[in-house]
Amino acid sequence: MNFNSLYEKPVLLAIAAAAVISVGTLVTTFIPLFLPGTQPVSPLIKPYTAIETEGRDIYIREGCNNCHTQTVRPLRTEVARYGDYSKPEESAWDRPFLWGSRRTGPDLARAGGKYPDAWHYRHMANPQTMFDKSNMPPYPWLANAKLDTSLTARKVKILGYGYDEAEVARQLAAFRQTVTAPAYPSAQVRSQVTPAALQGEITELDALVAYLQKLGRDLKAAQKPAAGPAPADAAESKNPYAGNRSAEEEGEKIFKEICRSCHGEKGAGGFGPKLATTARKFGGSDADLFASVAGGRPGGMPAFLPQLGKERVWKTVAYIRYLERERR
Amino acid sequence: MTNGSRGDSIVRGFALSSVFWLLVGLVVGMWLAAEMIYPALNLTPWLAFGRLRVVHTNGLVFGFAIGGIFACSYYMLEKLTRTPLVFPGLAKAQLWLFNIAIALAALSLFAGMNTSKEYAELEWPLDVVVVVLWVMFAANVMGTLVKRREKQMYVSLWFLVACVVTVAVVYILNNLAIPVSLTKSYSAYAGVNDANVQWWFGHNAVASVFTFPILAMFYYFLPKSTGLPIYSHRLSIIAFWSLVFGYLWTGAHHLMLTPVPEWIQTVALAFSLFLIAPSWASVINGYYTMNGNWDKMKSNYLTKFFILGVTFYGLQTVQGPTQAIRALSGYLHYTEYIPGHVHMGTMGWVTMIITASMYFMMARISGRGIHSVKLANLHFWLILVGQLLFTVTLWIAGIVQGAMWKATNPDGSLTYTFLDSVAAMYPFWTVRLVGGLLYFAGIAVFAYNLHMTSRPNAQGV
Repeated sequence: MNFNSLYEKPVLLAIAAAAVISVGTLVTTFIPLFLPGTQPVSPLIKPYTAIETEGRDIYIREGCNNCHTQTVRPLRTEVARYGDYSKPEESAWDRPFLWGSRRTGPDLARAGGKYPDAWHYRHMANPQTMFDKSNMPPYPWLANAKLDTSLTARKVKILGYGYDEAEVARQLAAFRQTVTAPAYPSAQVRSQVTPAALQGEITELDALVAYLQKLGRDLKAAQKPAAGPAPADAAESKNPYAGNRSAEEEGEKIFKEICRSCHGEKGAGGFGPKLATTARKFGGSDADLFASVAGGRPGGMPAFLPQLGKERVWKTVAYIRYLERERR
Repeated sequence: MTNGSRGDSIVRGFALSSVFWLLVGLVVGMWLAAEMIYPALNLTPWLAFGRLRVVHTNGLVFGFAIGGIFACSYYMLEKLTRTPLVFPGLAKAQLWLFNIAIALAALSLFAGMNTSKEYAELEWPLDVVVVVLWVMFAANVMGTLVKRREKQMYVSLWFLVACVVTVAVVYILNNLAIPVSLTKSYSAYAGVNDANVQWWFGHNAVASVFTFPILAMFYYFLPKSTGLPIYSHRLSIIAFWSLVFGYLWTGAHHLMLTPVPEWIQTVALAFSLFLIAPSWASVINGYYTMNGNWDKMKSNYLTKFFILGVTFYGLQTVQGPTQAIRALSGYLHYTEYIPGHVHMGTMGWVTMIITASMYFMMARISGRGIHSVKLANLHFWLILVGQLLFTVTLWIAGIVQGAMWKATNPDGSLTYTFLDSVAAMYPFWTVRLVGGLLYFAGIAVFAYNLHMTSRPNAQGV
């Protein structure tokens, strides 16, 4: 065949181009589809519940993935900031994947369980009241819309989550009962952001918050027994900065930036307990306070040791002691 | 050439539609740039950042770029084959369907109907329309090529064929989904595979929309505007095949350090570096074409668009592969550096070439030449300065942001909170908005100048 004839035969050229582009496609995209190692499945990572599925669809509808990633890379600072790096098994139930490509806002792969629901209700309604420098858009309308569950059973079936229509109905009813009950721990903030007519219903915001609380939850649960108790090491029992005024001032800066959004102005209390007091749920010794800030506590207190380091945790504790003194 | 032929009116229709969507897409872009600084501008669900960003990207990729590609392709096709379009009626229908589809696309994305997969956000009924549009386009391209009177096919036509084939393959495979309802579907792939297929698409959508057809325009309109033949036919053959072969391996460089298998990332990195060679072959071909005639940069108003455009292509195709290197990806990915990179390609390379090609075509079609060379020069300088201010600012912003994310104290703890890194961005975002406004002013001048150039003369011909 005369090589030049390729440039005189358009159909042949189109076939040749198709053949050339299919080599890279086959190797990097098509063949991996059939390799079990590409998308491993682990029984530790559970499919989404009915309500989490709906919340995920709200996340997709609002395009949250345009500003938030959901993949923590295996880099030291990234693990310190967000938590353990993302594993392929964690995405097994994700259709579509939502890893994102830009962090205008922080990564959310480890957002689940980090804060109480109340934090999210307040934050979604008006982020700037909690962080004045944030550029997160407010989404007050999500609480004004009743969640449409007419397609939920169909969605769960298509996604192959392995439970039936009756189970979907049961889950939705149970969820509604949880979030509308007076005993719901975040009931007060939820009622502030939800219009009166929808207080007894499931709103789109309820579903979104449920989804956010699922992110990274299964991995954290799976790792807990292996990791043992929080690594508040025994040597950390005495605050080296106790009563040190300049350390207290540094602690105040950290408090304003990180702690204030939950514990309130000067530790007056908010989603998190009041700190300007001596009555402490998890104990009042230096060691207890260090353990709370460094390792976190169940019910929505995140661990700050990886982010702050020992020195700054102690300075924060020094400021908490200062608040305690000022109060008395 | 005949004034007012059917082909010409189709070219004109696509060109003006494309410019309309360009203006719409840029207004949305400026609103987004302002939202980054003033979150209170997220007034309603329809104007919230997450939905609007998708309208911006889709409007400009599908409305402006694809519309411009349709216009320039049909023009080049008729000229290079010395044959009128085989199915002019089909092309006319395609023009109508194109504008209806883009309008529906914008409305559906405003309403939150989207799949979340970047540049493939349209829900399945609109995917079907896109495929129908593409088949209409392919029928005219291949049909006219088969019927052509010119024996040899010029390099622009190969790039056109590669565009037709590649867009079809990547668009269809990435959009495979199972419908839940008319406005909702779930991807056919799960998790890691969905990510891998998506970025194989995402990267090759860039190849087949922002590279192949734009190179086709460059190889055609640069020689036509300057009257200088392309420097090397052989170099263009080598560049064509190595580019078409290499591009499809590189999608996973968008997924460095994610759960995608490491070997796929490494292969993508290797081919990304390889791609510098064929990309620069086209750049060098362009520069050598000007050899001994660089005075045309001053004497011919279009030349500078093509030469600056291909220069940004050259910079883009070096910057891209370096971002694929793992250490640099770890530092720069997810920061403002990436939008900075993308916008050099789109605002520098793609828009410079398409707008200059449109001036050339409309001046020829109207038979009266360009309305105002002065305005064309003003347009050039405004979009050049606007783009540089925009992109260079975002590169610096990205480097600052990456540094803040990685900064640690001696005890290994993090120096900055995430919010510190957001607060540090506000001055950069403000300069970016100013760059965007300058750029938009340039495009407004272009739209006016093109409209005045293309408007029918007194006899209505």
